[in-house]
Amino acid sequence: MNLEVVIFGVMFVVALGCSLAMLFAPNAVHVALFLVGAQMALALAFLLQGAFFVAAIQIIVYAGAIMVLFLFVIMLLGIDLRESLIEPLTGQRGVALGLGAVLAVGLVFVGVQGADLAAGGGDGAAALTELNQGPGNVKALARALFSRYLLPFEVTSILLVVAMVGVMVLARRISAVENDRRAGVPAAEEEAA
Amino acid sequence: MIGNVIDWIGAPVIIAAVKVVIVFLVLLVVTMLVIWFERRVLAFMQSRHGPNRHGPFGLGQTLADGIKLFFKEDFRPKNADRWAYAIAPVAAMVPSFLAFAVIPIGDHITIGDRRVDFLVSDLNIGLLYFLAMGSIGVYGVVLAGWASGSKYPLLGGVRSTAQLISYEIALGLSLVPIVLVTGSLSTKTIVAAQAGTIGDVTVFDGIPLLQQVQGLFSFVPNWYIWSQWPAFLIFLIAGIAETNRAPFDLPEAETELVAGFHTEYSGIRFAMFFLGEYIHVVAISAMAVTLFFGGWHGPVFGVVEWLWPLVWFTLKVLFFVYLFVWVRATLPRFRYDRLMWLGWKRLIPGALIWILATAIVNTQGIHRNIRLGVFGLLFLAVVVWMWRGDPRLGLIKPVTRSRVREVPSGNL
Repeated sequence: MNLEVVIFGVMFVVALGCSLAMLFAPNAVHVALFLVGAQMALALAFLLQGAFFVAAIQIIVYAGAIMVLFLFVIMLLGIDLRESLIEPLTGQRGVALGLGAVLAVGLVFVGVQGADLAAGGGDGAAALTELNQGPGNVKALARALFSRYLLPFEVTSILLVVAMVGVMVLARRISAVENDRRAGVPAAEEEAA
Repeated sequence: MIGNVIDWIGAPVIIAAVKVVIVFLVLLVVTMLVIWFERRVLAFMQSRHGPNRHGPFGLGQTLADGIKLFFKEDFRPKNADRWAYAIAPVAAMVPSFLAFAVIPIGDHITIGDRRVDFLVSDLNIGLLYFLAMGSIGVYGVVLAGWASGSKYPLLGGVRSTAQLISYEIALGLSLVPIVLVTGSLSTKTIVAAQAGTIGDVTVFDGIPLLQQVQGLFSFVPNWYIWSQWPAFLIFLIAGIAETNRAPFDLPEAETELVAGFHTEYSGIRFAMFFLGEYIHVVAISAMAVTLFFGGWHGPVFGVVEWLWPLVWFTLKVLFFVYLFVWVRATLPRFRYDRLMWLGWKRLIPGALIWILATAIVNTQGIHRNIRLGVFGLLFLAVVVWMWRGDPRLGLIKPVTRSRVREVPSGNL
């Protein structure tokens, strides 16, 4: 048993504990906090795997930005009350169970595949080793993203920009002055100085 | 027995642990001195005396205040959320300490046959780690605001969320040019890249006139500040905003929100917020020194060669802490919408243009004159973009009455 195993154990307990607590906590803010805890534990897992870059991005993007926005919305809307237990969608439990089962099968499949990869079974392991050459994998990751996967990368970025512009158009409030101008109403008289 | 334990844990881990303890203790002492320093400098700038009763020059004042905070009653408001209220001060303090793990405060010493750097950990993602700690630090403020169960802290928390998320983007973007130039995210490599003097730069090779000018300045240290000062300005502004200090102290604006997110805190929990804020100030200062002012580089004289880098680093950091105090004593607080305007419409686009300019100068395979020409145009674009609101440039019509009416009414 070495230090790595100890750290993995701690990470495992924290991640699992936070995930379970997240499911059963009644308070929306607490749920968000447990999710942050689980994400931090996952970042530690990435660190243990030597994926420093992914670990840092996990913390900056998920724990640091997305979850803070979640909290922002929860705080701003004041929905930190007890969760309501009335279901607005009928039959959603059955669907959720089915989809959950599909997800579980997928996870087990990926887990088994992953074990094969780690044992050196597929092409993936070789590619991974190649990626992790040298100090850190930032450069290798950048090379992969900006050469081989350039098109998907750029398409994704365009998609995000389009989504963002769409939200801004939909959510924009037109000021009263601007509204009057567009409707052809003459501007209100300037007050006498 | 002890030998077995050392073998099991491993010598590198033990050395790292010792470094962590030293950095932690030094930071505690430094905080005490920085608080005293700030109060004295503020007093000097406002023509008054400041703390001068306890110890020489009032140095003991912070210690006395600390002891007082320790022994004050630790209470919790009735409406507060028990756990979140307890976690918030810790969440505000710990990331500030952790950020110091990637700051090289000196060169190295050799103990036995082992090289020991004055740096807790040379992470190859050092800058990302620093940013990650900054983004985690938001939780302390947000949680404190929400968990207090009171309206002023909640308003402080909401303001702080919006502010920190906005300025984190600018802060991150201002680091990108440095990474482009150095080709590394490691703080150690970035400091190493700033060794030597301006005479070593090869950008102007083949342009006799510029080379002659360069020769005149060959005694100046080769710090990134000379070529990257727009990035530095953005870093500094975003950095001050990250620490929630004046003029960006809306989350704790005492004239509007009592004390903002820490209104309901007292005693040792309040002390933790205080500690976290001052460590954060020192951390941002240390990062500015590391990225733009050559880190620990400086002339080395005499016998104790490992000590000089520490001295230079401390002096440079002290200058930036002084700058923080100076800014606080000089500038009034931003209005909420002006704060957002500055972050989103000035700093972020400015940083993006500057990244483009830096990238073009450092692209191989394009003719040098084209690179320098495009760089010049983009550089002009950054400058005009940042200052186009200045009435002296005459680029923007002064605000008329009808435009004043359009100022958004939503005011957090």
